[in-house]
Amino acid sequence: MSDRLEVRKTYKLLVNGAFPRSESGRTYEVLSARGEFLANVAQGSRKDLRDAVVAARAAQSKWWSSSAYNRGQVIYRCAEMAESRRAELAEHVGLAEGVGAKQSAKSVARAIDRIIWYAGWTDKVAQVFGGANPVAGPFFNFSVPKPCGVVAVVASQDSSLEGFVDQVFAPLCTGNSVIAVSSERRPTPSILLGEMTATSDFPPGVLNIVTGVTSELAPILASHEDVDGIDLTGLDQSAATELHALAAGSIKRVFRSSAHDTSSSTRRLRTFIDTSTVWHTIGQ
Amino acid sequence: MNEKNLANSQLGALVYDPAPESASIARIKSSYGLFIDGAFTEASAHEHFVTLNPATEEVLATVSRASDADVDRAVRSARHAYEKVWSKTTGAERAKYLFRIARLIQERSRELAVVETLDNGKPIRESRDIDIPLAAAHFFYYAGWADKLDHAGYGASPQPLGVAGQIIPWNFPLLMAAWKLAPALAAGNTCVLKPAETTPLTALVLAEILEQAELPSGVVNIITGDGSTGAALVEHPGVDKIAFTGSTEVGRLIQQRVASSAKHLTLELGGKGANIVFEDAPIDEMIEGIIDGIFFNQGHVCCAGSRLLVQESIADEVLRRLVRRVEQLRVGDPMDKNTDVGAINSAAQLARIQELTAFGEREGATRYSSACTLPDKGYWFAPTVFADVAQSHRIAREEIFGPVLSVLTFRTPDEAVAKANNTNYGLACGVWSEKGSRTLWVAERLRAGVIWANTYNRFDPASPFGGVRESGFGREGGRQGLEAYLNV
Repeated sequence: MSDRLEVRKTYKLLVNGAFPRSESGRTYEVLSARGEFLANVAQGSRKDLRDAVVAARAAQSKWWSSSAYNRGQVIYRCAEMAESRRAELAEHVGLAEGVGAKQSAKSVARAIDRIIWYAGWTDKVAQVFGGANPVAGPFFNFSVPKPCGVVAVVASQDSSLEGFVDQVFAPLCTGNSVIAVSSERRPTPSILLGEMTATSDFPPGVLNIVTGVTSELAPILASHEDVDGIDLTGLDQSAATELHALAAGSIKRVFRSSAHDTSSSTRRLRTFIDTSTVWHTIGQ
Repeated sequence: MNEKNLANSQLGALVYDPAPESASIARIKSSYGLFIDGAFTEASAHEHFVTLNPATEEVLATVSRASDADVDRAVRSARHAYEKVWSKTTGAERAKYLFRIARLIQERSRELAVVETLDNGKPIRESRDIDIPLAAAHFFYYAGWADKLDHAGYGASPQPLGVAGQIIPWNFPLLMAAWKLAPALAAGNTCVLKPAETTPLTALVLAEILEQAELPSGVVNIITGDGSTGAALVEHPGVDKIAFTGSTEVGRLIQQRVASSAKHLTLELGGKGANIVFEDAPIDEMIEGIIDGIFFNQGHVCCAGSRLLVQESIADEVLRRLVRRVEQLRVGDPMDKNTDVGAINSAAQLARIQELTAFGEREGATRYSSACTLPDKGYWFAPTVFADVAQSHRIAREEIFGPVLSVLTFRTPDEAVAKANNTNYGLACGVWSEKGSRTLWVAERLRAGVIWANTYNRFDPASPFGGVRESGFGREGGRQGLEAYLNV
């Protein structure tokens, strides 16, 4: 150990490409899994979420209208950023989840590989889930999976990085913008990842991360009229049911799961796309 | 001579003699039971209601009202059939049942068309040429999928969900039944189908067809009733999947109810489709397309092109031609083969159309209604076009579900897209232009599940149909339509 006094970081929100403190001025104490003080993390508010939704809505069309190839590059770039900060991510996953160095390193490796998996999906989705349809008539008919728009993510409370990555990159890779509410007690790995996305050429507002009290923040997103889809993984069964019913107010796409997904299933990815079908006349 | 007199004088030379289709082929019975476990049975509470011909207000038949106990019976029957029979039936065998059903619908297509028109009020030309052939085509299309699910793009050996509860609307009664049943059965589910209260008859004829096809008992159960029957089906714990087509209002309630269960859900809800017309559009086809987009099926179409967005430079000409064309629509006896616009489906729907159009006038829009003579009996509404409509008007925001078109204008493609997307709905839109690059540019930006370019209101079993935003989620038709009935 050196004598040098460590320079600590203030953990902030990620909204519209910037790192503000909560407009509410609130913070809350985050402890490591062993109960030691880790950070005073920004405690996001309704206003922070509203700002994030406005930013996400504005950014979404830009993100979607950039090419699928370009979205893949940006997401891959994020994996590169994470790769070079593996040690730091692993340290925080270890602190947050209370797992040993070996396990946390493996978790980080899996998370980064998952980002790459999604980077590769960006320009495959349209071919796998869309295509030309042989209609009976003089029409060229084709289906394109389009992003549903702005997706809210209530991040897994347990899986501080892997779960977060799966939940966030599934909607991002298909062209949605995202507002994620981090794990309440294990937020720091997601905050680090947010910092990495800021150096990955994501247009500002495409990914927004708000830390705070899940039970306060999640219902605001579930009932927000300008949110098109919501992933409720970070809630227990009864809270998820309550928020699912709130989400019905504006017919949101809802993803529910009790655990984070490590499979090759595309269920989460498909939840936040809508097939759009174009009929065009054929004639001389 | 003004436009209207000109139109009338031209029309005067084109008086058509009546060409009525015969009602006798319909063979409608005086009363129907509930189709549960492969047989028609009496409702447990012996409750009934009547279904009317909306064109004459005459009673067509007495139909059973399924109670909670009947819903339970139907769901148990579907569960039993799922576990004992259907989940053990190979895809190839399921396919053959669906092919049989498709053929039987074709064989009885004239009868079905007549029953549909009598029960619904839609012109016989439409039920004969669109509803019934498309219903058969859906069964034929999904039949072929039943033994090819591994190739549908959802991974190897995709499994069915189990028992599907399906609630359908009154605007395309048999076609909606086909849209629901065909993919569900192909994917290996069993079904409980609830037709709409005002249009139960073709679903009951379909039950007879299922008997003729010797579909195993309980694989499809058809229970008639009202909203309470639908609610009981949604609440039933034995149902694995709810598929609903209807209003956004009811869809919202269903999503709330389903939240507390593990039920899968797909919703096909309302719309306020924008039909966008650019100045370079082929004008004759475009006028016909606008007319078809809103007056097809009396405008009782969730994807109707009910908002016309016309580029300012051609707005006057388009409106003039539209108003003239509306005068030429033949409104009246749905059984007449020359009829373009038939009867409004129910007194309740007519009241809703009247309320919203009255609002349109009050809010300052200019109304043009066809001067056609409406029959004395039945439910009728003259085809209507509103000009000078603002985006804030109720007739530009709310789904009227009737033969009423609201005309708005725009100047640039950006403005057209912004106005088209200025709605919570997102079911369908039309784009009219000869410039392909612009059409595709617009299509890319429209928030809608279906976009018709230089055409409108086209449907095909191979083409996925469904909404975005508050028009619902999930698709019907195409490979994508299987996803709604697979556990993937």
